[in-house]
Amino acid sequence: MQTSTHPAAPAAAPEAGAASPLLAQIKRTLRSWPVMIAIAVLLLLVAMAVFAPWLGTTDPTMLDSAQRLKPISAAHWLGTDAFGRDVFSRVVYGARVSLTIGLGTVVISLTVGLFIGIVAGYFRLADAIVMRVMDGMMAIPGILLAIALVSLSGASLITVLIAISVPDIPRVVRMVRSVILSVRNESYVEAATVLGTPVPVLMWRHMLPSTLAPLIVQGTYIFASAILAEAALSFLGAGIPPEIPSWGNVMAESRVYFMMLPGLILYPGILVSLTVLSVNVLGDALRDALDPRMARRI
Amino acid sequence: MPIFLLRRLLAAIPVLAVVAVIVFAMLRLSSGDPAIILAGDGATPEQLDAIRASMGLDKPVITQFFLWIGQLLHGDLGTSLISGLPVSGMIADRFGPTLALCLGTIAVAVAVAIPVGVLAAWRQGKPLDRCVMAASVLGFSVPVFIIGYALILVFARWLGWLPVQGYQPPSAGLWPFLQRLILPTLALSTTYIALIARIVRTSVIEVMGEDFIRTARAKGLKESAVLINHALGNAAVPIVTIIGVSIAMLIGGVVVTESVFNIPGVGRLVLEAVLARDYPIIQALILLFSTLYVLINLVIDVLYSLLDPRIRY
Repeated sequence: MQTSTHPAAPAAAPEAGAASPLLAQIKRTLRSWPVMIAIAVLLLLVAMAVFAPWLGTTDPTMLDSAQRLKPISAAHWLGTDAFGRDVFSRVVYGARVSLTIGLGTVVISLTVGLFIGIVAGYFRLADAIVMRVMDGMMAIPGILLAIALVSLSGASLITVLIAISVPDIPRVVRMVRSVILSVRNESYVEAATVLGTPVPVLMWRHMLPSTLAPLIVQGTYIFASAILAEAALSFLGAGIPPEIPSWGNVMAESRVYFMMLPGLILYPGILVSLTVLSVNVLGDALRDALDPRMARRI
Repeated sequence: MPIFLLRRLLAAIPVLAVVAVIVFAMLRLSSGDPAIILAGDGATPEQLDAIRASMGLDKPVITQFFLWIGQLLHGDLGTSLISGLPVSGMIADRFGPTLALCLGTIAVAVAVAIPVGVLAAWRQGKPLDRCVMAASVLGFSVPVFIIGYALILVFARWLGWLPVQGYQPPSAGLWPFLQRLILPTLALSTTYIALIARIVRTSVIEVMGEDFIRTARAKGLKESAVLINHALGNAAVPIVTIIGVSIAMLIGGVVVTESVFNIPGVGRLVLEAVLARDYPIIQALILLFSTLYVLINLVIDVLYSLLDPRIRY
């Protein structure tokens, strides 16, 4: 392949080389037992979110003043909250909200970060300005930025999603930019440039593939931190509107009753921890497999 | 070195300028008119106009921005919309508890994480190392407030050893002060213990592969001397970096921890200001913590060259 004189060959090489070993590496990663348990837990959670209405749940927003703050029973597997709502149902439906937030944050921060990162990495002029803005954004503590954004623009699923995504963007931009900067000096990119490849094609076919592996790794960490951030924001009362059952909200509502019924906070808390733990285990394994340079660092 | 310091200080200026623009834009472009908040719903349009004029809100946005920057450069952080008190004084009043919580957290985190990380590196791949690594992943997967509530449940409710929440200044006596600080400090430090221990482990493992470690062992040094003097000492740069990053990151955890343990610190002030939409306080606090972040990064950079003479600026 390297000795081929065909003009397209050096350009095609990195792409062909990037796709299949990536899959093979991912498959190899998934073979250790902690990772398999983590994936099983995540699949279970996804199934729980998808099949929420058929898991012995009732309407998670249904109020029942006769059933306030009841302990665990056959009718209410995790008891009821201060409004008589079934905590088990709220936690199961909460998986939908929390996983959506996690996934949505990953999609928003990676897409926006990837776009800005490519622009910064490729266009020298934009680089200086964009990176100063990113430095400034990184200097603002993420949770302060998120709390301020949510409270100023009004609490809704979308604002919380954006507020959690924005602080993650600079890190994605930095990573993508550094990959682009190192790739643009590779001989295959120079070759493609010399051959007159249009800039969009150059980016799409020759630069984007090398950002894929670090993006996957960073995506898992962003997913984990987004679920924690949603829980923290809702817990502080600056998150998703209280009537929507998210894991953060379920815990926030029970703060006042903690000394009486600690389970109302601790059971959803264990579920949040288990989810984040599984994602982190998966992320560590993917990082070790896909990004050996980073694996040595952390 | 002084030239380097000066250059780094100058480089911090655009970052802070960007922060100022972001903070200003965020608060001005968001819905909600400060004049309405201040005057209440029943205010007449004339009253609102008067308030806007007195606050400078009737001027063009750009003028408002530079007026605000001018005030900041004079050390004036503005006055609270709700209480009418100077923001700098309100922050200063709340600073003690937060400082105590932060210092305690960093002290505990460093004191636990460094030995644990070094031990894990020393026993790399062995059961001890695996346990440390597993505990570390768990450590930053559990929300701070869950750790806080679990600690309250065990040490305050079941064992009754420590108070549930609250804060006493050191002037009220050392034990009442420490007593109320133990649980929040433990809760907040968990994440940082996990984070720092991981970096210590990886950095030490990396150094352990170097030739001078083999030489140190070959000349018959005790393993503890090899680990502490040779390995840990040479792994100092990444470790100092992560400790610095942890300090800079603390504020997020502080907001949550102060809320769980009912500590009247800056973190609670953030929440109160946000819920009351007290713009000047929000602006001042975000700027303050961003400036701290930039300064901490500056200190880390300076420490690099002190810790590793190979790094020259």
